[in-house]
Formats: sequence, C-alpha cells, structure tokens
Amino acid sequence: MSLSKHQQLGLSDQNILEMYRTMLLARRIDERMWLLNRSGKIPFVVSCQGQEAQQVGASYALDRTKDYAAPYYRDVGVVLSLGMTARELMLQAYAKAEDPNSGGRQMPGHYGQKKNRMLTGSSPVTTQVPHAVGVGLAAKMEKKDIVSFVTLGEGSSNQGDFHEGANFAAVHKLPVIFMVENNQYAISVPLNKQVACEKISDRAIGYGMPGVTVDGNDPLAVYEAVKQAVDRARTGEGPTLIEAVSYRLTPHSSDDDDRSYREREEVEQAKQKDGLLTFKSYVQDQEIATNSELEQMEQEIREIIDEATAYAENAPYAKPESIYDFVYGNEGSTR
Amino acid sequence: MPVLSYIQAITKALQEEMERDEKVFVLGEDVGVRGGVFRATDGLYEQFGETRVIDTPLAESAIAGVGIGAAMYGMRPVAEMQFADFILPAVNQIISEAAKIRYRSNNDWTAPITIRAPYGGGVHGALYHSQSIEAIFANQPGLKIVMPSSPYDAKGLLKAAIRDEDPVLFLEHKRAYRSIKEEVPDTDYTLPIGKAEVKRDGADITVITYGLCVQFALQAAEKLEKEDIDVHILDLRTVYPLDQEAIKEAASKTGKVLLITEDNKEGSIIGEVAAIISEHCLFDLDAPIKRLAGPDVPAMPYAPPLEKEFMINPDKIEAAMRELAEF
Repeated sequence: MSLSKHQQLGLSDQNILEMYRTMLLARRIDERMWLLNRSGKIPFVVSCQGQEAQQVGASYALDRTKDYAAPYYRDVGVVLSLGMTARELMLQAYAKAEDPNSGGRQMPGHYGQKKNRMLTGSSPVTTQVPHAVGVGLAAKMEKKDIVSFVTLGEGSSNQGDFHEGANFAAVHKLPVIFMVENNQYAISVPLNKQVACEKISDRAIGYGMPGVTVDGNDPLAVYEAVKQAVDRARTGEGPTLIEAVSYRLTPHSSDDDDRSYREREEVEQAKQKDGLLTFKSYVQDQEIATNSELEQMEQEIREIIDEATAYAENAPYAKPESIYDFVYGNEGSTR
Repeated sequence: MPVLSYIQAITKALQEEMERDEKVFVLGEDVGVRGGVFRATDGLYEQFGETRVIDTPLAESAIAGVGIGAAMYGMRPVAEMQFADFILPAVNQIISEAAKIRYRSNNDWTAPITIRAPYGGGVHGALYHSQSIEAIFANQPGLKIVMPSSPYDAKGLLKAAIRDEDPVLFLEHKRAYRSIKEEVPDTDYTLPIGKAEVKRDGADITVITYGLCVQFALQAAEKLEKEDIDVHILDLRTVYPLDQEAIKEAASKTGKVLLITEDNKEGSIIGEVAAIISEHCLFDLDAPIKRLAGPDVPAMPYAPPLEKEFMINPDKIEAAMRELAEF
C-alpha cells in the first residue's frame, strides 16, 4: 500500500486534523471579525482569508517549542499555530487591556507575544525582516538550535529592509526562513505592477540563497518546503527564501473596497482553489475524519469564538492614565 | 591615572563592556579587521574575534534592524553608523521600531540597543560628513540621545548606554576624537543617562550646551574670567529626554542664559531648552534667552572659510557671552 502525501512527509493523521482545525479556526475567527466590524463592534479588520493553508503549513514545520517568528499582519494562521488563542485574538480586535500583543495600543494584526517567541510588529511593512535576521544572528552567536521564521507580502519584497535583511542573512549564513505570502495584491496594485521577475523566489539568487515557489493553497506543499528550509537552517547551511502563492479573498482591510480594482469573476475563480476547501477534501478523501466529526469541529469552533467574543466584549479597556506607562524601562529616572 | 583621548575612551568602554558581558557585541561597516574608519573599535576584533565584532554589509537599515532583532532576543548590540550623516536610511528602524518596541508591546518586548554615530564638523567633512542629526530623533519618546563632551564622560556614558534597558543613540563628536584628552580612570564606572552636569560653577551668566561645544565654552569662560565675568556651564550630556530640573536650576542661578549648539538653529535641541526655561523661569530671567547655533543652511560646506563660518568656536562663544553679560 502506497503512503499518502502526509505520511510521506512524516505527518500523522492527528497532525493533519490539527492543521485543518487551525486553518478552520483562523478562517472562522476572521469571518466573525468582519461581522463584528460591519455591526459596529470593532473598528478594523485585516484578513487572513485565502492564506490560512500556507500560514499553518509553514508553522507546523517549525519547532514550536523553541523557534522564533516575526509574523506579518495577515498571519492569523501563524499566530494560532504558535500558541495565541482565539480569546487573545478577540481581545486584540476589541483593543482591550488584556490583549497580549499590545494591551490595546496597536491596531489588530500587529502581533507580538514574547512567551510564544513572536516578535512585536509595526505598520511600516517589512521592518520585521531585519529583526528576524537579528534573532538568527543571536542564535548563531549563542550556538542555540533556533530557527527564525519571518513572513511578508509580495509587495513588501520591494522594500529596502527585505533586501538588506536577506543579504545580511545570506552573507552570515544565518538560520532564517523568509516566506513571502504572495496573495497577488498589494492593496489594489497587482503583482505585475509590483515586480517584473516571474517569481518572487527568483530574487533569492541575488542574495546567494535557495529560492522556491510553492502552492500556498496546499498546506502540505508549504510544510514540505519550510521543513527543508528548517533542516538547512539547523545544519548551518543558511537562509532560504520561500514564495507561497495564493490569493487574497477579501478586500485589503475592512476600510477597502476591492470592487474598484478587480473583477468579481477573478475572486470567484480563486475561491474554487481556496486551501481551506481543498484541504477539507483531502481530510475527507483520506478518511482522517468523518463528516459528522467535521461538523462537530465546526460546532466546537463556533463555541470557542462565541466565548472569545463575549469575553473580549466584556473585558475592560486599559485605563486612560496607563497611556504613560512603558515609555522607558526605568520609569522616572529620566524625568 | 591614564590620559585618554575621547576616542580611546570610547574604545575602552566597548572593550570593558565586552569583557564584562558576553552578550555585548559590535556590528557595523569596517568595525572588524579595520577597527573602524576612525579606529573606535581598534583591537576589539583581535581580542573578541569576528563573531562579536561583526563587519556588516554596507546597509544602514540592516545594521540598525538586525541589531534591534538581536536586542529583542536578549543580546546587547552596539551598532556603529560610520557617520551620523549616513544614519538616515536607518531612521525607520530607529524611530518606528527601536523607540516604540517597549511601548507598542505593552512592556512585553524591549530593544536595548546602543547605536553609535560620529557627528559634527570642523574636520573638512563637507555636507555629508559634518552634520548634527540629534534634532531628527529628539521628539521620539522611547529613545534616549546621549552626546558626551569629554573622554571621562564618553566612557562612563557609553557603558551606561550599553547597560540601559532601552535604545540609546550615542553621538560622538568626531573633532573631539583626538583633540580632547583627559585623565580617565581604569575603573568600571558609569554615569547616569538623563542627567545634566555642571561643568563650571559661575555666578554671572549661564551657558547650556552639549558635546564639543562644552569644550569651546569652557575655553571661552577661561578668557572671560580675566574680565571678571563668571560663567556657569551646564553640560546637558543627554539631549533627549532633557534633564528639566538641571536646566531650570542652571537658568535661575544667573538669570542670563546663553544656549549653544553646532546644529542649525531652527528646530534644534536648544529651542526646546529655551522653551523649558521660558515656561518655568520667566521671573528669574534678567535678559532674553540668547541662542548661538549653526546657520540655517542645509549643511556645512567644504571650503575652509565656509566651514569656519558655519562652525561654533571659542571666539564666537566668547563674543556671545560678553554681549549677554553686558546686557
């Protein structure tokens, strides 16, 4: 009997079910946030929809007990895989004091959680790339078996910090994985107006590192590519550039209207290839879960999100006077 | 006690901190084998090796950004910008990232990086090797800016910067590197960041300044002593955030205040110092606050007469002091 794709990758049925569940949780949280936004409960949403497969597939290839990540603003699938909870994401969406990312200081999508080794991120895109390289440098200096994983969009791969960080990591052979989540659009500007090269991964040759392009709708393909990059990083062979290709199924954010710059047919076609649906089919075809088990999973996730939403909605905001906290570590010594 | 130049004091501080704490490392352009274009990291590569004295690719945003990442991990990076003029590609990393990491993460993450940069003119450096850049960063809470005026201060403040829990921009006047020498203890001492220091006690007029201008002001004050003009000099040492109490005290002491910077006048550090004094000390003043600064031209030209016209020097300070004393 021939091995299935996930068995060839060394993944158990249980692993696959967990991956699917994390993808589904990311999608359902995101959908709930849009409902909350449209009903006036939360001011802003920036979506992961269409990118869950690559986010979860990549994260599961990391050692989630010791590796570091610098996620970008669409990475609901990454942060859930690395240990953030639905409740914590809802606390962020509602900007409540208990939000572990920033205590309600930052907009949603600006992740960071030290206990799960997720670096804090900002809004100017791609600044996280040199940070991830710095973690790789520190890990190498300290002789720690740590891989540093960083994500960004394809538009962001034009930024100086991407080039500077990638070049630095390659020169110093650092254990860093750069994953470009190519969702075809930088807000309204399509890929062909962002880059002239055929693939984002073509850029790797300029830095002297391997570059691979994978189907971002296939979590197992992404897992495989990231696992190979992890193995290279752990054996001192240096960084890898991975391009995961998918499609952004929602507008850029809750403040965007994508009808002005892309055809509905294009979006509908992309929905046919949605990694969440194709991976569900894989789970069913491999008989990893029955339909009733999958329905039960949906129900459990709904309950988790209901609880998370209610909790976050009722949680207190930070007190106004807390605005003065944490400017410096040694408070009072400079003023 | 050994006599060290300003730059030797910098090197000594780096060496002592790297010996004390193996998390401390240096990164920048030409800092390794070459020992820095000014020789600030001279001997460190030989002592600590290429893994802790890192020659980076020529890319300032990465020098800052990689350092910030390492600092978030728990290291104590000291990043060198070859000239302060070349820090501009790293501004996003310094302002959007380093300065805000503690605040935006609600104290979860910190970025204890020290970024050293040689600033200032009078070295035939022309527009792009002479600038004072402190004002660009001096309204960014979360960041500290230290500008020592002497070898003793440089060593103690750099060691404090490296040990500080927050990002510190450490600006060294390149003309001070070899022109200023003094006794510097071999001992392990630090000086407080955020505190100004009285460099000369006087009763007639108050000068508030920082960096190399402190040395020029001390020289001018010596001359005026013969004319019975007694000058009080406050060295800001940290130009952001400012030591407001020390500023108020120094201004109120004599009631006549001269503020000096080598930077362009408008929008400079001393404008903020003037605002603090006018807010808090109006009724202690006996004369309008006087400012002596570089001219509001884009940067310092190369030709010697033009460079001299831009630069602050002891003669210009002496004239300004006398004028204020006679008010």
